[in-house]
Amino acid sequence: MSWMAWTTPSALFFIGIACILIGMTYWEIVSPCVARKGFFPMETTRGDRLFISLLSAAFIHLGFIGFTEFTIWLPFTVAIIWLLIVMKWG
Amino acid sequence: MNKPHSNKAWFLVLPVFILVAFSAIVPLMTVVNYSLQDIFDVSTRYFVGTEWYREILNDSRLQDSLVRQFIFSGSVLLIEIPLGIGVALMMPKSGKWSVISLLVLALPLLVPLNVVGTIWQIFGRADIGLFGWALNAIGIDYNYAANPIDAWLTVLLMDVWHWTSLVALLSFSGLRAIPDAYYQAASIDRASAWAVFRYIQLPKLKSVLLIGVLLRFMDSFMIYTEPFVLTGGGPGNSTTFLSQALTKMAVGQFDIGPAGAFSIIYFLIILLVSWLFYTAMTHSDNK
Repeated sequence: MSWMAWTTPSALFFIGIACILIGMTYWEIVSPCVARKGFFPMETTRGDRLFISLLSAAFIHLGFIGFTEFTIWLPFTVAIIWLLIVMKWG
Repeated sequence: MNKPHSNKAWFLVLPVFILVAFSAIVPLMTVVNYSLQDIFDVSTRYFVGTEWYREILNDSRLQDSLVRQFIFSGSVLLIEIPLGIGVALMMPKSGKWSVISLLVLALPLLVPLNVVGTIWQIFGRADIGLFGWALNAIGIDYNYAANPIDAWLTVLLMDVWHWTSLVALLSFSGLRAIPDAYYQAASIDRASAWAVFRYIQLPKLKSVLLIGVLLRFMDSFMIYTEPFVLTGGGPGNSTTFLSQALTKMAVGQFDIGPAGAFSIIYFLIILLVSWLFYTAMTHSDNK
């Protein structure tokens, strides 16, 4: 695995993503979701909302990193809040 | 009736998942790891956090490449999709000529990418190329090696020549799948040719066009070989697209860290735009 040039932060990041996917799979088995319409213009399932949240989180981070001098924890917090909003009302 | 519900069928997806893991997921994870480090070799590497991302996002050359890339992909879609549909509509519906048309259309798709670049490189030359020579003979000062606009037009024309067939073939298959009953109903209603196209053919083509738009967007957004062979990214940097800028950085300069960050940003843009296309087209289907 050394050829993959792992670092602790990137390992934590991928473990986090894997935990989210496992958690979502378990949630889907326990309580299968039904597509619904929230504030997005289209119907979304739980998985759609997670995908939208993760993709937006990537761009939120890029925006903060590229164009501001703020610490990385600020876009991380914004992304978490956005994820919760999308999962609940999206 | 209560149907037994089993998720065991998901195990059938496992081989594909393993294949994709090795061909896409593991390499992508590796690129993420690279993008966070300054790498000299496997044992000599330093964690730099988000530094490469900051540098890439503020690099004016890469911003210019991104703008060029969007203009190129937008132009490709605006030309190839309507042209492909037009060609498909004009093709003979059956018989010998239909087969011949299909064969002729398939020919450009069979030509390897570097050969396409070479064909157009020679074709566009003013001294020995038919296209370049003919334009100059009728008084148009055309030189793709010196004039950025000429270079752009040649790259665009080359892509249209190479890939419009794909859209035409997809559209043709979509058109052939429309049952005759629709056309019979339209002729009873005395629908015009435009009405038939607008209300029967175009809606029925939606699913194949979705594939066509996605394929052409992703492919044109990742274009590398043809412009590299034809213009080498020049004159100046006028036809240097994202993949060429990335290759220069990763393979030419061996800047693995910044190239990793560049790749991730590139990937995210393709993912976002493809998702937007997909959602917009499937969403309009459900309205």
